[in-house]
Amino acid sequence: MADETKGSDQPAPPKPSEGAAAASEKPAAPPAATPPAAKPAVPAPPPKPAGPVPLPWESEMVTRLRQRFGSGLQPFTYLGQNYVIADPSIVAQVLQELRDEEQFDYCVDVTAVHYPKREKQFDVVWVLYSFPRNQRVRVKTMIAEAESAPSATALWESANWLEREVFDMFGLRFDGHPDLRRILLPDGWKGHPLRKDYGIIQQDQEWVQINLGIESGQ
Amino acid sequence: MSESTTRTDPILAFEEKKDPTFLDATELVLNMGPQHPSTHGVLRVILKLDGEKVLGTECVIGYLHRGVEKIAEHRTYAMFNPYVDRMDYVAAVSNGLGYCEAVEKLLNVEAPPRAQYIRVILTELNRIASHQLWLGTHALDIGAMTPLFYTFRDREEVLKIFERYCGARLTTHSFRIGGCQYETYEGFEQDVKKFCDFFEPKIDEYEQLLTTNRIWVQRTKGVGILSGPDCKALGVTGPVLRASGVKWDLRKAQPYAAYKDFEFEIPTGQNGDTYDRYLVRVAEMRQSLRIIRQAVEGIPEGAIMAKIPKVLKPPVGEIYHSIEAPKGELGYFVVSDGSTQPYRVRVRPPSFVNLQALNKMVIGGLVADVVAVIGTLDIVLGEVDR
Repeated sequence: MADETKGSDQPAPPKPSEGAAAASEKPAAPPAATPPAAKPAVPAPPPKPAGPVPLPWESEMVTRLRQRFGSGLQPFTYLGQNYVIADPSIVAQVLQELRDEEQFDYCVDVTAVHYPKREKQFDVVWVLYSFPRNQRVRVKTMIAEAESAPSATALWESANWLEREVFDMFGLRFDGHPDLRRILLPDGWKGHPLRKDYGIIQQDQEWVQINLGIESGQ
Repeated sequence: MSESTTRTDPILAFEEKKDPTFLDATELVLNMGPQHPSTHGVLRVILKLDGEKVLGTECVIGYLHRGVEKIAEHRTYAMFNPYVDRMDYVAAVSNGLGYCEAVEKLLNVEAPPRAQYIRVILTELNRIASHQLWLGTHALDIGAMTPLFYTFRDREEVLKIFERYCGARLTTHSFRIGGCQYETYEGFEQDVKKFCDFFEPKIDEYEQLLTTNRIWVQRTKGVGILSGPDCKALGVTGPVLRASGVKWDLRKAQPYAAYKDFEFEIPTGQNGDTYDRYLVRVAEMRQSLRIIRQAVEGIPEGAIMAKIPKVLKPPVGEIYHSIEAPKGELGYFVVSDGSTQPYRVRVRPPSFVNLQALNKMVIGGLVADVVAVIGTLDIVLGEVDR
């Protein structure tokens, strides 16, 4: 397994067409560790359907959101889950609207995904849930490294630590966060481990040497 | 020990105010943890105190951070499966269930009914084991030593079933993507039924020890109150949310595995205090027994693995799937780029989010209440830090 090299040569933003290609080349990679006794010549599994693609999502709520935000907002549904991709400029209003008008009263999660080959390298994802409607929706926006995302702490208190974790792991800033500090890693740590260019055994050696008094953490 | 820069000499301040009834007490900053026994692991809480009264807290976490999410990106989907057991290690089965179901959703396959039932039985047994461990340690923190021995004695019976089923007691790795690796062993149903019959009166025993115990009631009633709206704002889920009167359980709200086949109730409290959370969790153990009994009775015959390819390459896409773990909503956000390794796995840990409520719950209380509140939140630091 080329574990350590996976980081930076990831295929950048996933596109449905790439998925189809990856799925069709599937049988070409037999498992390395198949015990010889267990029928070695497994007939190639039937070609996997090219994989579902995100479909446009239509609902009353989407219509209302569209009226307000126009083309800055793209609603999709994928495997029964709904999400909207919003422009970074309007994502704060979208979140506000979802909480105030559409009863999404619970911010389940805030996270990010790094696509180093894309111009706007980061996806920031908010997972929202509405208790009255029993519905989930994900809000997604794409930002570049130098940009910052709006903080949702004023809308949902739960976003506080979640945003701190995103800052810690990805180095993304959230505008309006009351206390944006590292949360899981030590304050003086350099680097943001969940970025794709951060190696899996990489460490802040300097921090380790100063604070732990050992040559290397490895 | 950090001192605020605006601190003045208390005697001077006292004299300046010229008020004989005014007694200025300076703020004391006290470190609790990371090696404090009542913090259930390595949690450091910095307390700001006015005498015995808590003015504010700050949690310092991350001592147990192992980079689980980073590891996921460098393992195949199946290889990462055992790692999730190490997050909430007292409820490893739930972690595995959430992960397997998330990847199954991404692959667009569903585990066969028999596997679903086995999953429900084991997950509910694990919920009982998790609540038993919580009850024992929480009571011990508050000063009641006996429940610890009772609950650990009975938890052993659950772990024995796990051991017979898959060989492991704690980090079971009992499920595989697509179903279960192992068929139930000879006598599994009888063992589980026997456990249900054995354990039901034991819950009464726990209640006999605590529910009307005067010290227990005084230490828990009205302590660490969290209202329903506060819970929702803070994203607090699980028994803590239900004890605040919000009848919400993912097993009912968005049923997964085979939960829609079973009848059970969602126990709730009214006051949202430590005592109600205790009652809710005890009631949950009874409901779990109810689910297990129904599942064992109705367990269907058939395959235990869905037809999935040997090499898992989910199509490009992303999915968020969450389950009701013993601690609350445990979610997995999995992003696939069509390769054999997940592009990103995000774990939404209930303990991490619930711990955020600690500050709100202890302000105005006493130092001793902090211990009670940490216990009642039922956090596992392996999951908080991942």
